Amino acid sequence: MSERTPISTRRGLLGAALGATGAGLAGCDRLATSPAVNERLSAAEGLTFHVQRLLLGRQALAREYPASAISPDFRANGTVNPDNEDYQRHVTTGFKDWRLEIGGLVERPLLLSLDDLRQAPARTQITRHDCVEGWSCIGKWRGARLGPLLDRAGVKPQARYVAFFCADTLELTLDGTGDYYETIDLADAHHPQTLLAYEMNDAPLPVAHGAPVRLRLERQLGYKMAKYVMRIELIDSFANFGRGKGGYWEDRGYQWYAGI
Amino acid sequence: MKPFRERTRGGATAVYRHPLAVRATHWVNALCLLVLLLSGLQILNAHPALYWGETSRFDRPLAAIEAAPQPDGKLRGRLLVGDAVFDTTGVLGASMSGSEQLQARAFPSWLTLPAYPDLGAGRRWHFAFAWVLVINGLLYALFAAATGRLSGLLWPSPAELRHVGRALWDHLRLRFAHGDDARGYNVLQKLAYSTVVFGLLPLMLATGLVMSPAVYARLPLLGDLLGGRQSARTLHFLAASGLVAFVAVHLAMVLAAGPINEIRSMVTGWFVVRREKKTP
Repeated sequence: MSERTPISTRRGLLGAALGATGAGLAGCDRLATSPAVNERLSAAEGLTFHVQRLLLGRQALAREYPASAISPDFRANGTVNPDNEDYQRHVTTGFKDWRLEIGGLVERPLLLSLDDLRQAPARTQITRHDCVEGWSCIGKWRGARLGPLLDRAGVKPQARYVAFFCADTLELTLDGTGDYYETIDLADAHHPQTLLAYEMNDAPLPVAHGAPVRLRLERQLGYKMAKYVMRIELIDSFANFGRGKGGYWEDRGYQWYAGI
Repeated sequence: MKPFRERTRGGATAVYRHPLAVRATHWVNALCLLVLLLSGLQILNAHPALYWGETSRFDRPLAAIEAAPQPDGKLRGRLLVGDAVFDTTGVLGASMSGSEQLQARAFPSWLTLPAYPDLGAGRRWHFAFAWVLVINGLLYALFAAATGRLSGLLWPSPAELRHVGRALWDHLRLRFAHGDDARGYNVLQKLAYSTVVFGLLPLMLATGLVMSPAVYARLPLLGDLLGGRQSARTLHFLAASGLVAFVAVHLAMVLAAGPINEIRSMVTGWFVVRREKKTP
């Protein structure tokens, strides 16, 4: 399977080194905000992605822990209760009428209820959640494996990414670019530990952690693991979503590849 | 290891102490460490608390920096280490950071890259320069292996180690080797440089790698060896502090031992060991 990433290659890494000469003490914000400098710095992201994929393998499993390791104080980050009428209605009805759409570049679009998801091939895993801020917590997750669901929908050959659209709005904007969304590539989508999790620590996923389903994408950081997933779309490019960087936080300067 | 090349010009005898590869990697290294330190503090500012083990127990960090609003509305900055609390207002926790009044920030703007809070940008700088540091380190290692530099120049001999106390005493009194004794590194230099090259820098790399969830998935034993992901993060900070301490002593020694000769030797390679007295 040929695959390209949205990030450019190592070209310019040396340029970043040279360009940063004299960056020295902070206060050099002119340098830090320069688009040319940031583009060169981002080149290293492509290098990191390719080297990690090459050396670490696509199928390596994230470590799984015993139940005794589960964190008693798993922190909820980002939105903890979406301020959205439709979503709040779903909360009051226990997500009875909630349907997850899997559409876009697929042969057979799916419309799945929470019960449908519970009957899909599932996996339970106790894994560590690493936040981009630096902290880690361990939780137990149960959810439908994303790979078999995508197989059921029949991913078209031109599809390259899976996009997750969420119920939470982190930033109020007129054009909707403040709505949370995320994209992952098909290699990660088919990883055995990639789940649409509907249970956390043996209970239905709490609202603070993304009810009714959140993405579990072990081996990457927490901001990739979209909460409050409402719709999934198979796409060939994410240039036309949000501000074009492949996710809410990516649009605001975070790395698309969050394996580091 | 061959003896240094020597030349006498204008009454000064100099040895070619630092070959080009060492000078180039030294300065690239210096730049990398500066960028990595400042961008690392930017990243740490996103969650300025350190833990031990695999996960974060938020109620009991090993150390943390926080901003505490006072009843009068003013901010105070605090550093917590174990049970001890230090008021660090103005530097840690709450600092002016370029504004008119105190801002809630763990490390102040003059210690972070970028100066303004931006975790994404801090990570971009950090990971880009981590690559530069690693590639630079590999080039240095290749050069050192090819020339026998590590064992011949950096690694102290058992005889030298027996006299480390004497060397330390001389250094504390700022009595440095001069003339032909200053051709090579003394035992304290060897110990300091060896600690950095064989200890701190590899530890920075290993603890940095373990923090990557993708790397951890592949190398869980390295994670165990370092005590878990949060321990690795804490060790990463401690090793960085060790590097800062090394650089501080290193710069103080350059100043104390004759900054012009020392800095010139790291620019041109030539280190003056002896000057002939002018006869009247």
